[in-house]
Amino acid sequence: MIQAGDTVFILVSAALVLLMTLGLALFYGGMVRSKNVLGTMLQSLAMISVISLEWVYIGYSMAFGPDVGGLIGNFSWFALQGVGAAPSAQYATTVPHLAFMIYQCMFAVITPALITGAFAERVRFWPFVFFSLGWTILVYNPVCHWVWGQGGWLGARGVLDFAGGLVVHLTSGVAALAAVLVIGPRKGYGRESFIPHNLPMTVMGTGLLWFGWFGFNAGSALAANGIAATAFVTTHLAGMAGLAMWLLIEAKHRGRPTTLGAASGAIAGLATVTPAAGFITTNAAVLIGLLAGAFCYLAVSFKNRLGYDDSLDVVGIHGVGGLLGTVCLGIFASTKVNPAGADGLLAGNPAFLLTQLFGIVVVGLYAFTVSWGLLKLVNAVAPLRLSLEAERSGLDLSEHSETAYNT
Amino acid sequence: MKKIEAIIKPFKLDDVKEALNELGIKGMTISEVKGYGRQKGHKEIYRGAEYVVDFIPKVKLEIIVAAEQVDEVVACIRKSALTGKIGDGKIFVLPVEEVIRVRTGEKGKEAI
Repeated sequence: MIQAGDTVFILVSAALVLLMTLGLALFYGGMVRSKNVLGTMLQSLAMISVISLEWVYIGYSMAFGPDVGGLIGNFSWFALQGVGAAPSAQYATTVPHLAFMIYQCMFAVITPALITGAFAERVRFWPFVFFSLGWTILVYNPVCHWVWGQGGWLGARGVLDFAGGLVVHLTSGVAALAAVLVIGPRKGYGRESFIPHNLPMTVMGTGLLWFGWFGFNAGSALAANGIAATAFVTTHLAGMAGLAMWLLIEAKHRGRPTTLGAASGAIAGLATVTPAAGFITTNAAVLIGLLAGAFCYLAVSFKNRLGYDDSLDVVGIHGVGGLLGTVCLGIFASTKVNPAGADGLLAGNPAFLLTQLFGIVVVGLYAFTVSWGLLKLVNAVAPLRLSLEAERSGLDLSEHSETAYNT
Repeated sequence: MKKIEAIIKPFKLDDVKEALNELGIKGMTISEVKGYGRQKGHKEIYRGAEYVVDFIPKVKLEIIVAAEQVDEVVACIRKSALTGKIGDGKIFVLPVEEVIRVRTGEKGKEAI
């Protein structure tokens, strides 16, 4: 039975999540050097096309179609056959099936776009597109099915992920780590200064991401109800707490609060609360945001010591955020907040925390292994790395024959 | 004729320009440049990583004057660009063989 309010809410949420991919383009674009800004933004933008196409033909059916052994959906919804204006029998039963499909499409689009921050400023366009398409088919679709699909084996084991801590942030963060290892650092890493060329752009991107995140998390209630309101509020609280915590630590550790730190802390808080948003109290959300600001700051600092060139900190913010949020859900979940959720450690149910840890290990190992193999495969067929000369002159000119700033 | 090249602090440009105007200097060319000398660069921090920025922004002025004017122009620039701190800049004086006004073809001092 279609409810008008739910339908409006899901459609608007889908539009908000689409906006996040463009927000991400600005967020990442501002952090690279001016010679790479267009190429970096295009990597996010291109995903809208590539992944939407993949999603309506095979992706949606693989992720949400009729289950095969708990592992994957079959292809009976190929090209959206049987997916129409009537509600689905399993998912979001108060909105048109197409509304649920397009809402999930926007998640599939932004996930590979998140990975691009790890190999920013040094990867060729077409090999990147092939990798992202293959990655969505081999990593995103199966993991999405395991956790969210009807009959998915992790979901059946009780693993919870409200809006994508495992499905979106951990998968992309772990893939980012594999990409950093396979592709290697930018030329001049450690010697030259890779200073962000336009932080105001990054701040604008942060604003759009935060705004869109309300659709991402509150929309994941899949109805305009109390759980949506809970997720909306917990999302905001974790974002603000992450921002505050990063600034405080930075001011203490480096002597100065920075704008990029504020943006990073906010995104860390938002990413971390994502798996937990509809299952926790507002107090837990503030705490999760504070933890996110601290842990992600540490992770990013640790990366600098290790010498991994995860250029825009996808591992440190999305990987660590997704992991931390999924653990926090195991600690703070409460059926008083959401009867459809679970009770966590603090509600006297340590078994649920173990279930969440199991989910992290499975998704983390699977996503890392397949990402690593796929990167090696793509690299062997079509080298991902730009030539030295092309990297020096920048993505914009060498890959796209254009430059961003012409005075 | 001489060319005076002065590297100064960017925020002093207006003061220098006004002072030269009062002296009757009718034109100059400026460019935004970067460099370093005794004044050290500065430190920038992005997500906890420190970068030392060696090259700091300066403004370069180029002025062509008659040889007999050099001393007063140099003194004028020194006075108006001075803050007394390291990094105030440098002034170079170079010989100029010829000056030609594009529009009229005038040469030498007439063309300045």
